[in-house]
Amino acid sequence: MLTYVIRRVLIMIPTMLAISVLTFIIIQLPPGDYLTTYIAELQAQGEGANLDKIEFLRAEYGLDKPLIEQYGVWLLGMLQGDMGYSFEYNLPVNEVVEDRLLLTFIVSFSTIIFTWIVSFPIGVYSATHQYSISDHGLTFLGFLGLATPNFLLALVLLYVANVTFGTSIGGLMDPEYLGQPWSGGKLLSVLEHLWVPVVVIGTSNTAGMIRRLRANLLDELQKQYVTTGRAKGLPPGRLLMKYPLRMALNPFISDIGNLLPQVISGAAIVSVVLSLPTTGPMLLDALRTQDMYLAGSFLMFMAFLTVVGVFVSDLALAALDPRIRLSGGATR
Amino acid sequence: MTDRPTDTPGDPGPGNSPDKLKHWSSDAPFDPYTTETLTAEQERFYMASQWQMMWWKLKRHHVAVVAGVFLLIIYGTILVSEFLAPYNLHARDVDHIYAPPQAVQLFHEGELRAPFVYGFKYELDMENLKRVYVRDETKIHTIRWFCLGDSYKFWGMVTMRFHVFCPGNGGTLFLFGTDRLGRDMLSRIIYGARISLTVGLIGISISFILGLLLGGISGYYGGVPDTLIQRFIEIIRSFPELPLWMALSAALPVTWSPIVIYFGITIILGLIDWTGLARAVRSKLLALREEDFATAAVLMGARPRRVIGRHLIPSFMSHLIASATLSIPSMILGETALSFLGLGLRPPITSWGVLLNESQNINAVALYPWLMLPVVPVILVVLAFNFLGDGLRDAADPYK
Repeated sequence: MLTYVIRRVLIMIPTMLAISVLTFIIIQLPPGDYLTTYIAELQAQGEGANLDKIEFLRAEYGLDKPLIEQYGVWLLGMLQGDMGYSFEYNLPVNEVVEDRLLLTFIVSFSTIIFTWIVSFPIGVYSATHQYSISDHGLTFLGFLGLATPNFLLALVLLYVANVTFGTSIGGLMDPEYLGQPWSGGKLLSVLEHLWVPVVVIGTSNTAGMIRRLRANLLDELQKQYVTTGRAKGLPPGRLLMKYPLRMALNPFISDIGNLLPQVISGAAIVSVVLSLPTTGPMLLDALRTQDMYLAGSFLMFMAFLTVVGVFVSDLALAALDPRIRLSGGATR
Repeated sequence: MTDRPTDTPGDPGPGNSPDKLKHWSSDAPFDPYTTETLTAEQERFYMASQWQMMWWKLKRHHVAVVAGVFLLIIYGTILVSEFLAPYNLHARDVDHIYAPPQAVQLFHEGELRAPFVYGFKYELDMENLKRVYVRDETKIHTIRWFCLGDSYKFWGMVTMRFHVFCPGNGGTLFLFGTDRLGRDMLSRIIYGARISLTVGLIGISISFILGLLLGGISGYYGGVPDTLIQRFIEIIRSFPELPLWMALSAALPVTWSPIVIYFGITIILGLIDWTGLARAVRSKLLALREEDFATAAVLMGARPRRVIGRHLIPSFMSHLIASATLSIPSMILGETALSFLGLGLRPPITSWGVLLNESQNINAVALYPWLMLPVVPVILVVLAFNFLGDGLRDAADPYK
């Protein structure tokens, strides 16, 4: 087990390196840099750009250096926990994103938990009541959640909550806690606001999860050991819980790797609509203004979250499923 | 099947007691080939091609068939959007800004009439600074059928005025209401289908070709190219889709014309989506290349290109098409999301996402809910693709 963990961690290093190269290429892709955007903006407002100042800024941020060198500086800084400088905010990226990364993590994590809690009973029910009216109904509901664009659902929920409860559910906490250090009150307030994004992001993922669990469980239920168990007089509930369900649970764990990028994607757009203080809205702004280090660090963070998520799910799967062998040749 | 004659009839063999039932046997001459002939029905079944079998199985999946027919119809409409839309895409009616939907009526004062709509009485609510439209039951605008209306350029080429239905003379026909410039939502949704639906098709073609090519190389050759491609796929997959789309589409220069942006967006959608297909191709190839028929082809001197293209790919093409069908909706939703955020397509190109961009704020939801109507076709099309894909997948599965 230990050698496996070490090997996996070692593999993650070149992966993260490759991801950082890709991220750097992506944030360099737009023609020009932040300063050209900035100059264009100044000119659009009828102000002349002070060329000396621009040149100074360009040298200051290292934008005049060759790309390789810029990449090297960025990567080295990253390794030391310094994510670069945000032009738009005139602050180090670390200070700008501080809370946002944590909140993104909280939202993603709660969404996955929500997806599990909702899809587990529905999936089991659908599989044990195959082709019943309720099975069809639940499947259809799941598909509907899949097909509805997240952002629209968020808008409608925003409106409904506003009309029926008279509260604004935008944001992740009450305004008075913004910028405050963490406290019990702040935590409560976050919990109060958390359910809307979690439900909205979760709806599109539950459908897939329900279908997978249902399909897996149906496969297992047709196997002979289930018939044997039933013939030997095992009560239906116990029979279901003890064997087939355990086998069918694998997608719950192995899918974290697939679920996590989806959840982060969903969170990105929903948080723009709900104006959540997570990475989504700020990434959008950063991309628009070519605030490259800010955008880059968000992309890196999201990719990092995914890579770690896949790693954790692999470990959990290996620990929970005795059929998975860690040593020995790779099975194809 | 004919029974095999065992003994000459009427000859009680040794040991046959008379109280036993007489053993019956046919006296027809034995012909081994008769057992082999199939009825016309069986012959049709056994000789059917793989695609025919799929078609039969699919036909039994009623939901998938309905979804397929629906998709055919809706894709058919994009050929003749101009005829179906009552108004021109850019026609503005400045007297009817944010007009609510007009319902089609059949009865006026208890009398059956041709389909018509009531006109609007319009006043400004100075207190709330809002336009208020009231139904005016004295104005009756009978819908005209197969009529001449707004002029447009059919497929951007021929100027024409023909519509399937138009507003009554001097009247309006806003079945889905109008937007902030007084443009008819229904017409815009019909035109938007042309863009939104083709985004998925073009995107999936790109991802299909890439997936087939790279997955094929990876699965057939194995070794170093396989490892490289697999690592590359892993890296692409560890980026969350939407932020990656956002970053790439933000990289499209603003100076590009909207139509080039449209192709740029579809290419981006395709460039990121191929990884799943490539994995499916690879795993199928790995399994199939060990099969006897593949070995036979290699032994007979077929080159890799022929083995892959002629023998291996056809045996899992049906499966691939099913999974491609299932990934079209995610592209349509992706385009919608990008355009909604303002990073995707830009006016004057009109897609459902561009239309939804207008309903971005909560005011739209509260005051002009009909601006959200473009989401209805999005949901329907995505659902239909999912049902069709499900049916196709079941039909393509040879073990069911």
